Amino acid sequence: MTATLSIIWALTLKELRIESRNRDVAIAIVMFASLVIAIFAIAIEPTSRNAIETGPGVLWAAITFAGVVGLTRATSHELENDAVGALMMAPVSRDLLFIGKSLGNFLFLSVATVIVFVVFTFMFNLPVFRAEILLVALLSTIGFSSVGTLFSSLTFRVRAREVLLPMLFLPSVSPLLFAAIRVTAAAASGESWSASIPWLQLAVAYDVVFVTASALLFGYVLDD
Amino acid sequence: MAFSQIRPQTVLHVATLIAMAFALWMMFVWVPTDINQGVVQRILYIHVPVAWVSMVAIIGVAAASVLYLKTKNERWDRLAVSMAEVGVMFGAVMLISGMIWAKPVWEVWWTGEAKLTTALILFFIYIAYLMFRAYFPAGDQRMRLSAIIAIIGAIDTPIIYYASVLWQEAHPPLIVGPVAEEENLVAAEIGLTLLVSVIAFTFLFFSLLSARLGLARMESEYEVLKFRIAASIAGSGQ
Repeated sequence: MTATLSIIWALTLKELRIESRNRDVAIAIVMFASLVIAIFAIAIEPTSRNAIETGPGVLWAAITFAGVVGLTRATSHELENDAVGALMMAPVSRDLLFIGKSLGNFLFLSVATVIVFVVFTFMFNLPVFRAEILLVALLSTIGFSSVGTLFSSLTFRVRAREVLLPMLFLPSVSPLLFAAIRVTAAAASGESWSASIPWLQLAVAYDVVFVTASALLFGYVLDD
Repeated sequence: MAFSQIRPQTVLHVATLIAMAFALWMMFVWVPTDINQGVVQRILYIHVPVAWVSMVAIIGVAAASVLYLKTKNERWDRLAVSMAEVGVMFGAVMLISGMIWAKPVWEVWWTGEAKLTTALILFFIYIAYLMFRAYFPAGDQRMRLSAIIAIIGAIDTPIIYYASVLWQEAHPPLIVGPVAEEENLVAAEIGLTLLVSVIAFTFLFFSLLSARLGLARMESEYEVLKFRIAASIAGSGQ
């Protein structure tokens, strides 16, 4: 058990070390998402009336699109100097490789999401730092990073990966996107927890199913 | 030509032709026009069968993909891609026929109704599956990776549907006009026409599938031949 944990930790630390040296992924996510939010804020001109109707959709569309950009950046590191080839030679089981990589992506995405929340609060003047929203953000980030890690490892050898990754990723995570938008809308307009419960249950179910499925299928991806 | 020389595929194609002709006659001539919706209701006899067939295709793609990962037999991969292509085509017909029906009856082309949302998202997933196959070079790796995509799509289907139902509960569907309730008027003729049409379209599906499978078989034979020729050229050059 401790051996397993130390392997996962070593793999995650590798991701963090790469990120700390070039700060590519988290900055890409934050800047792209902030840009999307800013463009929509200019287009919509949020007022106290329309912010609650448009804001949650804008926030989560921005985060998912930015997530795709971040995932593309993160996998392009693996192609340089055939880093993924070296990684696959490591005497580590494939599911641990998957957990390490998705944990890295999860950390980048979480940090980026918190910063994007701040930007969004200023732009749309909605209270998004609430328990329900933070919970659904956590659950979505778990789902995004596991499905995203699987799909980016599927597509990174294809020449059209910038097109294929969003085409595969966005429809697959749509249930999480729906959940995040609805919980954000309910909580930001001051509704009680009961409005968010079914969506939170859905997000938990999605995460359980897809973290398991992605970890199991990841072995087939790298099976050369 | 002796009967033993007739290929089963030919029998299937002829049966499809007869069934489709009969179904078209039923849906356009035999069945009376619906008194509430008028002539637009006849779209039902195309829309429901193609929706059924594309559902069969989704299940088929997932099953063939699981079998491919289990057995690594190329036949399952050919079956999966053939089903996906034919299924996406039927899915497109389903979406378009539904929109043509919705405009006069619901007064909008599109709404956030659960079945519509689910169908659209699944359509995108299978388009992505086919795009992936188009971009990825042929070989074992493509078969394996596309099987994974198909399995993810199939696992996602019930979750997407549940999410769409939940979404719709908050936003009631935009059903306008006195003709929105159409469930209670399924008369005997309508039911029978629908049944015949579903059977005919199922024949059409298998007919197109067998043609596409034949093409897939030729494609993989072509890949093998190309490889052999390249190898013999390389061999004679030395």
